[in-house]
Amino acid sequence: MIRLLRKYLEPYTSQLVFVMVMLLVQAMANLYLPAVNAEIINNGVAKGDTGYITRAGAMMLVVTVLMGVAAAVGVYWGSKASMAFGRDVRAAIFRKVETFSQTEVNLFGTPSLITRNTNDVQQVQQVIMMALNMMILAPIMAIGGIIMALRTDVPLSGILVIVLPFMAGFIGLVVAKAMPLFRAVQIKVDRINQVTRETLSGVRVIRAFVRNEFEQRRFEQANADLTDTSIKVNRIFAFMIPSLFGILNLTTVAVMWFGGLRIASGAMPIGNLTAYLTYIAMILMSVMMATVMFAMVPRAAASADRIQAVLDAAPTVCDPAEPIAVRGTAGHVEFRDVEFRYPGAEDPVLHHISFSAGPGEITALVGSTGSGKSTLVNLIPRFYDVSGGAVLIDGNDIRQMRQEDVWGSIGFIPQRAFLFSGTVASNLRYGKDDATDDDLWRALETAQAKTFVAEMPEKLEAPITQGGTNVSGGQRQRLAIARALVKRPEIYVFDDSFSALDFKTDSMLRAALKKETHNATVLIVAQRVSTIMHADRIIVMDRGTIAGTGTHEELMESSETYREIVYSQLSQEEVA
Amino acid sequence: MSGRDDSATPSGTRPGEGGGGGGRQGGGGFRGPGGGHGLTAPAAKSKDFKGSGKRLLGLLRPHRFTIAFIIVLAIFSVGFSVAGPKILGNATNVLFQGVLSHQYMKPGVTQAQVETQLRAGGQNQLAQMLSTMKLTPNGSVDFGVIGQLLLFLAAVYLLSALFGWLQQYLTVGMSQGIVYRLREQMDAKLTRLPLRYFDGHPRGDILSRVTNDIDNIANTLQQSLTQIITSLLTVVGVLAMMFSINWLLATISLLTVPLSIAVTILIAKRSQKQFALQWERTGKLNGHIEETHTGRNIVKVFGHERQAAETFDAENNGLFDAAFSAQFISGMIQPALSIVGNLNYVAIAVIGGIRVASGTLTLGDIQAFIQYSRQFSWPIMQLASIANVMQSAVASAERIFELLDETEEEPDTTTPQLVERCTGSIRLENVSFRYEPETPLIADLDLDVKPGQTIAIVGPTGAGKTTLVNLLLRFYEIDHGRILIDGVDTHDMTRDALRSLFGMVLQDAWLFGGTIRDNIAYGREGATEAEIVAAAEAAHVDHFVRTLADGYDTVLDDDATNVSAGEKQLLTIARAFLADPQILILDEATSSVDTRTEVLIQKAMAKLMENRTSFVIAHRLSTIRDADTILVMNHGRIIEQGTHEELLAAEGFYFDLYNSQFVEAFDEAS
Repeated sequence: MIRLLRKYLEPYTSQLVFVMVMLLVQAMANLYLPAVNAEIINNGVAKGDTGYITRAGAMMLVVTVLMGVAAAVGVYWGSKASMAFGRDVRAAIFRKVETFSQTEVNLFGTPSLITRNTNDVQQVQQVIMMALNMMILAPIMAIGGIIMALRTDVPLSGILVIVLPFMAGFIGLVVAKAMPLFRAVQIKVDRINQVTRETLSGVRVIRAFVRNEFEQRRFEQANADLTDTSIKVNRIFAFMIPSLFGILNLTTVAVMWFGGLRIASGAMPIGNLTAYLTYIAMILMSVMMATVMFAMVPRAAASADRIQAVLDAAPTVCDPAEPIAVRGTAGHVEFRDVEFRYPGAEDPVLHHISFSAGPGEITALVGSTGSGKSTLVNLIPRFYDVSGGAVLIDGNDIRQMRQEDVWGSIGFIPQRAFLFSGTVASNLRYGKDDATDDDLWRALETAQAKTFVAEMPEKLEAPITQGGTNVSGGQRQRLAIARALVKRPEIYVFDDSFSALDFKTDSMLRAALKKETHNATVLIVAQRVSTIMHADRIIVMDRGTIAGTGTHEELMESSETYREIVYSQLSQEEVA
Repeated sequence: MSGRDDSATPSGTRPGEGGGGGGRQGGGGFRGPGGGHGLTAPAAKSKDFKGSGKRLLGLLRPHRFTIAFIIVLAIFSVGFSVAGPKILGNATNVLFQGVLSHQYMKPGVTQAQVETQLRAGGQNQLAQMLSTMKLTPNGSVDFGVIGQLLLFLAAVYLLSALFGWLQQYLTVGMSQGIVYRLREQMDAKLTRLPLRYFDGHPRGDILSRVTNDIDNIANTLQQSLTQIITSLLTVVGVLAMMFSINWLLATISLLTVPLSIAVTILIAKRSQKQFALQWERTGKLNGHIEETHTGRNIVKVFGHERQAAETFDAENNGLFDAAFSAQFISGMIQPALSIVGNLNYVAIAVIGGIRVASGTLTLGDIQAFIQYSRQFSWPIMQLASIANVMQSAVASAERIFELLDETEEEPDTTTPQLVERCTGSIRLENVSFRYEPETPLIADLDLDVKPGQTIAIVGPTGAGKTTLVNLLLRFYEIDHGRILIDGVDTHDMTRDALRSLFGMVLQDAWLFGGTIRDNIAYGREGATEAEIVAAAEAAHVDHFVRTLADGYDTVLDDDATNVSAGEKQLLTIARAFLADPQILILDEATSSVDTRTEVLIQKAMAKLMENRTSFVIAHRLSTIRDADTILVMNHGRIIEQGTHEELLAAEGFYFDLYNSQFVEAFDEAS
């Protein structure tokens, strides 16, 4: 946490120092007022000097206004610095994540990266904001209060020696008891959420198996559990708050008694008693406040650590120092004895992968789940870097090329089609800003998406929500394909992108695609045999290696693995 | 969060107030000592504030005696604490008198002599002040009286704390109880809502009502309720005490009330706008972050990194502007109120001081008054912020009531008929159904299924293949016609009785967070261990389960990452085996299952279907061709019906569908 704060608050050092000064001014003014009040009583009231009273009153007024101004200025710069901190850290994370390859993303997980970039920053920013107001002020007030109390009367301050440790001990005890309960409450809230989520997602199954009562019992249990713990936590606080105020009030009584003794013996003027009571209240309130505030620090610190972890991660895929100058690619893809293993993994996911695919050819990859076919195509745009061998485009090792050049030649259609918020057109132009409407329609037609886009009232300008949730899975998939077509790349990579389509659309799309991509290198990963059985080259993947290469007919002859896959999907006669 | 506290004017004593830190359940962790209701969260607007608010209060109605008791306790707690400064003031007076006595009442001198002496010395005012007191001869401070007063004061403060604690204690029990029952009601409601409701509402939305909205209500009940009561009482009590001491000073203090409120409202209104803007921009920025991180591979390959960063910067800066304004403006409330408070303080010190000096007020009174004035601003601020909290609570309550008010399933018939011995014969007569009034989906469907037959439902993705399942299990009610199982109209059966005739295996294998044993046992209540294992064996999953470290005791976590999709499906098949129903509903997997598991699933399903009437949402052609009847669906409608051969001969939609998969797709279309 310290490191993060130091780095990203440093640009605002002068503002922060200024805020501190303003807080100091406020604290001093706050402490000064009771002193003036004491003087009013001692020199004005006790001596019957009304002139003194009005003069001192005017002084108090000035101090009050000064205090208000200091607070306003402090809040201004405090808000500015803390919000700017948030902005800068957010930007730093965002830029950092942009440099990440899939390896780093997997390490953190996309949802976690999003949380770190949003909520965690907010968390830290909030504590800074509060620190600049409260957390710093509270200790200043406490210490200032103690100094003023000592200045007012030293022997009377003996009371503080007893009360402060007692109060600290009490607060410590309560916090120690409440903290685990707080965590327990969180866990139980999660449990309720989980049970409810399951009830909602399984509503058909639950009803079909007539298990409503069982579910209700589960919920009931979680509910009772949560309620019990919540009551416990809240009762601790129900005890703590009145107790703290009780301590504070009893201290006041003690001050009154011992102060009275001191006054009677002539050791202290009577006006000081009123001031002293105010200081005592200030000190104890500050201690209480500080405790509660500082309880928030651990949470922010956890957030800060999560942020720091992202900022510290070194991207594994970078541009080379001296990239090969590439001007346009033909699109020839070659895998040369490629091995890939996830960092730290014992066994490679892929090994001994060698093949090449050229323009005008369709290369298909099949295999069961976990055979490595998706991983394989992910190596082409350098989502991961190979751990052995090389991937080459037009004979150049892609690690020697600028990433932008590599990406520029690839049209990638991922397994789960992802659309951006905007319009159909803005999504289609994602890879080519200057594509004309005609280009877009052409791509839509090839992708079998023309009909439904044309049916939308706004056509190309139809809105797309984030993630493309306002169109169906199949439509999303086809729009993602159209997006790649608009880009007109030399290499197409379809990572199992036909799965959301029904057989009929699938086949029509493939037919249209073949015409559109006849000069390009096409790589298709698929589950369905029917999708790929007419490819120029079929690569059969099994447990990370190539189990066979050839056409459908060749493989039916030669590859046991291929036959197994085919038979599981088609019945015998249709295969033949 | 602007849950900042009143530290600029550390207020005096307010026991039992605020109920601070009362466990924000949703977020965990502490809140400020006063509950710290910030102005940050946008108060979601309710559609019918008055109606929903009334209903929310209605939840408190059964507890009106408890509430009355809580209020009585609060009156005592606040009353005692408000009395404190006054008693303290009396003690001060005794002290002051003693000190003055000691100073001026030398032995053998009367009070009159002292006053004359002072007047002679030109200290008219002092003499005037002394004349209002009763100085004791041979003066010293009467610690007997002070001791008594202070003991009394200590007792009062202790009582105040005690009552404060009792009041909080009761509030906790009551509000948690209310929330508990509210949750219970919602859960019970969910079991009675028709499927139509779940299909028509996003799951996240329903979930958020059961969790977030309830939490919001819990916090409001827990904290705001106490705050309202104690704040109001404190304001009233303090004012009463002030007026009892001195009406002039009290009037001055009273004037600060509308001033504080006006200042708060004025600033809050402006900041509210900025907060709304901040919220909106946070949403937009977070959306962009989410989108870019989620789609980062696409962002990269399509060369959009720079644009994404530019958009981010623009939105990030926009958020900064709004956030800064919001924080700054709302941060002004504190200093502004503290200025108002301090003005009051100064006025009291000055005017009070002059009064004491002129003898029309005692020193103890002014000391008490200063303490009162410091107690004053806090509850006012609390009340001001509670308005916001209430708004959001009412909005939450409204969303909860909305759910509770949804129309439930029509109740089961009161004279249910039973299927004595289910053979699995099913007849659909003239069945018509539509989800929406305008679009008829199924019209006059007749279907006769003999025991043990298989019905395949086929069609493209999104063709509404689950509709028939919905009707058979009465997840939805048919509009016309009858569905008969062994001659009994399903409408004349209870839903539970009807559904217990069916077994179901869905593609999206639903398992709950519990052990594998419990998940299989879900199929039939009271199943023995041997039956569970037998079912697992039948589903070819027993071997897999035994390879797990904990075997049948393995707990499936939330997203069950320890078990693959295929294995999950096998477990649901085991569940269906255990249920041993006469009629089956199966949903064949399309993808994402590895070949070996796939074979196991096929074998298990085939075995499960033996001698049972089965409805299969089919993707595999072998299943389809072997079916006794095929229902072809498209756009939600059943468009063709017949055997494989009949449908092929008809050369309709099914014919196309069938051919598109196997006939030379590329060439034919090109």
